[in-house]
Amino acid sequence: MKSLLTAASLLALMALPGLAEPVKIGMITTLSGPPGYLGEQIRDGMQLAIDMEGGKLGGVEVALVVEDDGLKPGNGLQIADKFMNEDGIKLLTGIVFSNVAGATVPEIVDNGAIYISPNAGPSNLAGAGCNPNYFVVSWQNDALHEASGAAAKKLGYTKAVALAPNYQAGKDAIAGFAREFGGEVTEIYTALDQTDFAPEMAQIRAAGADVVFQFHPGGQGIAFLKQYQQAGLLGAVPMVLSEPSLDAVILNAVGEAAIGLRGTTHWNHDFDNAASKAMVEAWAAKYPDRPLTTYGQQGYDTARLIASALAKTGGVDDIDALRAALREADFESTRGAFSFGPNQHPVQDWFLTEIVAGDGGKPVAVTREKLREQVGDVYAAECKM
Amino acid sequence: MTRHRILGLGLLLVLALMPVLTDLAGQPAFLSLMTRILIYGMAAASLNFVLGFGGMVSFGHAAFFGIGGYVVGFLFFHQTEGTLFLGLIPGTSQLLITLPAAVLVSGLVAALIGTLALRTGGVQFIMITLAFAQMIFFFFVSLKTYGGEDGIIIRRANELPFLNMRDKATFYWVVLAITTLFFLGLRRVVNSSFGAVLDGLRQNERRMAALGVPAFRYKLYAFVLSGMGTGLAGALMANFLRFASPDMLHWTKSGELMVMVILGGVGTLFGPFLGAGAFMVLESVLSSWSEHWPLALGLILLVVVLGTKGGLMALVSRLGGRK
Amino acid sequence: MILFVEQVLNGLQYGVMLFLLAAGLTLIFGIMGVINLAHGSLYMIGAYAGTYVAAQTGSFWLGVPAALAAAALTGFAIEALVVRRLYARDHLDQVLATFGLILTFNQSIILLFGRQPLFTQLPAGLDGSVMLLPGLPYPTYRLLMIAVGLLVAVGLYFLINRTRIGMLVRAGATNREMVRALGVDIRLLYTLVFGLGALLAGLAGFMAAPILAVQVGMGEQILLATFVVVVIGGVGSIRGAFVAGILLGLVDTLLRAFLPSLLRQVMPGSEADALGIGIASMGIYLLMAIVLLVRPKGLFGATA
Repeated sequence: MKSLLTAASLLALMALPGLAEPVKIGMITTLSGPPGYLGEQIRDGMQLAIDMEGGKLGGVEVALVVEDDGLKPGNGLQIADKFMNEDGIKLLTGIVFSNVAGATVPEIVDNGAIYISPNAGPSNLAGAGCNPNYFVVSWQNDALHEASGAAAKKLGYTKAVALAPNYQAGKDAIAGFAREFGGEVTEIYTALDQTDFAPEMAQIRAAGADVVFQFHPGGQGIAFLKQYQQAGLLGAVPMVLSEPSLDAVILNAVGEAAIGLRGTTHWNHDFDNAASKAMVEAWAAKYPDRPLTTYGQQGYDTARLIASALAKTGGVDDIDALRAALREADFESTRGAFSFGPNQHPVQDWFLTEIVAGDGGKPVAVTREKLREQVGDVYAAECKM
Repeated sequence: MTRHRILGLGLLLVLALMPVLTDLAGQPAFLSLMTRILIYGMAAASLNFVLGFGGMVSFGHAAFFGIGGYVVGFLFFHQTEGTLFLGLIPGTSQLLITLPAAVLVSGLVAALIGTLALRTGGVQFIMITLAFAQMIFFFFVSLKTYGGEDGIIIRRANELPFLNMRDKATFYWVVLAITTLFFLGLRRVVNSSFGAVLDGLRQNERRMAALGVPAFRYKLYAFVLSGMGTGLAGALMANFLRFASPDMLHWTKSGELMVMVILGGVGTLFGPFLGAGAFMVLESVLSSWSEHWPLALGLILLVVVLGTKGGLMALVSRLGGRK
Repeated sequence: MILFVEQVLNGLQYGVMLFLLAAGLTLIFGIMGVINLAHGSLYMIGAYAGTYVAAQTGSFWLGVPAALAAAALTGFAIEALVVRRLYARDHLDQVLATFGLILTFNQSIILLFGRQPLFTQLPAGLDGSVMLLPGLPYPTYRLLMIAVGLLVAVGLYFLINRTRIGMLVRAGATNREMVRALGVDIRLLYTLVFGLGALLAGLAGFMAAPILAVQVGMGEQILLATFVVVVIGGVGSIRGAFVAGILLGLVDTLLRAFLPSLLRQVMPGSEADALGIGIASMGIYLLMAIVLLVRPKGLFGATA
């Protein structure tokens, strides 16, 4: 009798697959090696949004499946293949780095699945290489640095030294900065794996500029800022940075050497909107010993975007409906006003922040003013969908 | 001999049926893992040809792997742009042209590097091959037209007449066919008089020189052949990933190929394929179990080194009752 | 001119750091015949242990013994558990084993300390600059690093040239088999050498901590340059490691600092910058290739 009941309830469950099976979201991200904290933040931000809704997004039960790509394009592709063809996942996200995205995203969209980028927004996928199944929630790479150029201009500087690693993202960074800055720019390129910036410090001092812009994410950025202070340049020559070079983890690692720096960002922890406040509070409760960075915020916003679409479609079975729902961007972004441009990259505001001494002398970023209002990116015009 | 032949044919049959088997097992993604294993196996076997059979420990084989990949990338790029490479060479996406081109170019680069590097030996050879590979790496990173660090996206895989290369099973069979030919060719070279000379050079170069063997020239030939094989693998990998980036040229990739060779068995014909398979399957399976997979992988590698002498091939032949 | 002096100091400082790492590596390589890829892990362990203790106790100086002890103990453990079983084996087995160790150590650090880089602080009194010449302020801490590096070099010189252990080390570097045949307790010597190398790597790691980022994988970032120093200097030669370390530090720094502006004289600015830094990145490898082609055993390599 009992087994009959069990069988009956099993049958009932099978008849309602939507109830039994949560919608899987595949996350390909970088968790190992020096940049591992970036992937960790994105993953935890996304999971936070899911937990806050009690394991659901937009009223639909979801499960986040995470795998480490080890910063290898081949591994990213392999994981995407497994997610799509073995686990039947139709919604993927999570990639941190542009080169992993370059190998993985075309495969995903060609398979008819949807990819939502919580971080990398490389130019080769933003212009002619855009795709209806590819969305970017974070930013297009160039936009990050255009904001810094706008900041330096607005602060009244006219002569800048711009430093970045000698690879594509670094050159794009300096180009983006110079585009909005408009003043005189002395370019200094650093080596790809360089961690000692003493030679550059001497060059900065010799250049006699009135502002420094530098793009060195992660560990390189930490080393740069420490050495900037040790060289006696902090306070002597002001610095403006874009957000990957000044995230909350970097701030914690460099301490007082960051005080007085100017940053630019699309989101900051002190934003005065309900969505952001709820996220900041929930993060502090769940991960008290780790700061929330923009990466975590991007993961969280990605989840909220997915929630807004799932609330309309109820699932991922109808990809066309899901795509249309995503494109509306009908969610309360933690950064305020947000919409997608013609290439499905963000159109958003950019802000100026200043690093000041907070509790116990720890550096915190305080939002000062809005720099750019509702801007997209320069590649959108090349995108034909 | 015949037992080996039966084993070999059996293995080939299983490999040929792999697309069907993975489908039946409900694990279609395993097929792309197998494709990657075959490609890496070819690269590792090419490295093993100089490292295991020739005694030349190269720590710069990622250069040839990457160059092979980039040849495919360049040709695709110029085909879509409708421009000429270096103002001379038109682009193409025909596999029958891109593969030989990749093999040729990586062979030329190997000849150049080999001519200089083979003046040294031992540890110095390890480091000088690394030096050249690093220089090539930095060169590709600074190629702005071709995406620099972001790499070239190869939107469509190269074409073969009458075949749909977008189909995963078809692509796998093409790679399997190339791997089989490669393996047979490699076995032939290793068992030839050239292979015997190479073996002699590894054991005692001075004695071979006394016998009148032009050691440098033989070693250079071997190095070039090895570079060509690795370039072939790189070209196939770029087709598989539909992407070529400096990541293929990074020194850690040279290290990975070396790890595959040592794990499988240095100086064995089949070892590098086994090593590539074990390494990639471990990486794939472990990383799907836990985010802390590198810890487990590291410990397993340690156990294998300390526990076996001569890698997995030694283990296999010991289990198989020696021979 | 002042800029040039400053860049020479920077090169010197980078050079002594490379020397601290290369000294241990070259001994392990030359005397024990072991290729230890995990040498960078010892550097990382020194940085983490020292930084952790310094943060917990609030004293930078207490971090020093912690870093040295942690790195040396790890070194002893690696030697006893792994490397000792591989002396008789092929170099390649050592490569695979120590590659496994790198993966293990990196992930263990993540498990213990998390993925975020640690906060480090300069000791009070060393966080400022000293006016070396009019118009040339130089960070005090970097001067200390140069001083420590030179002191270690002098200390190693006496240890190698004036003590019994040093004599055995020299003998071991020249002819390992002979030392063993003479009945020296080679096992103890190996353990000591490995421990010493680990200690120096730990010291380098902790000293670098306040100016670099203390993060997982920091050892691999400097590992290649260290191997380049060992090979240019000649395997097994402390003197070679010192000369090559300083040489490499200077070449790398000066190329990066001055090549772009030199090229700017003959070509447009942005191209000159990109090409200059590109060549500078290749610089140390180019130097190594040239040295090895002219002197295949390195600058001070044993001729045998």
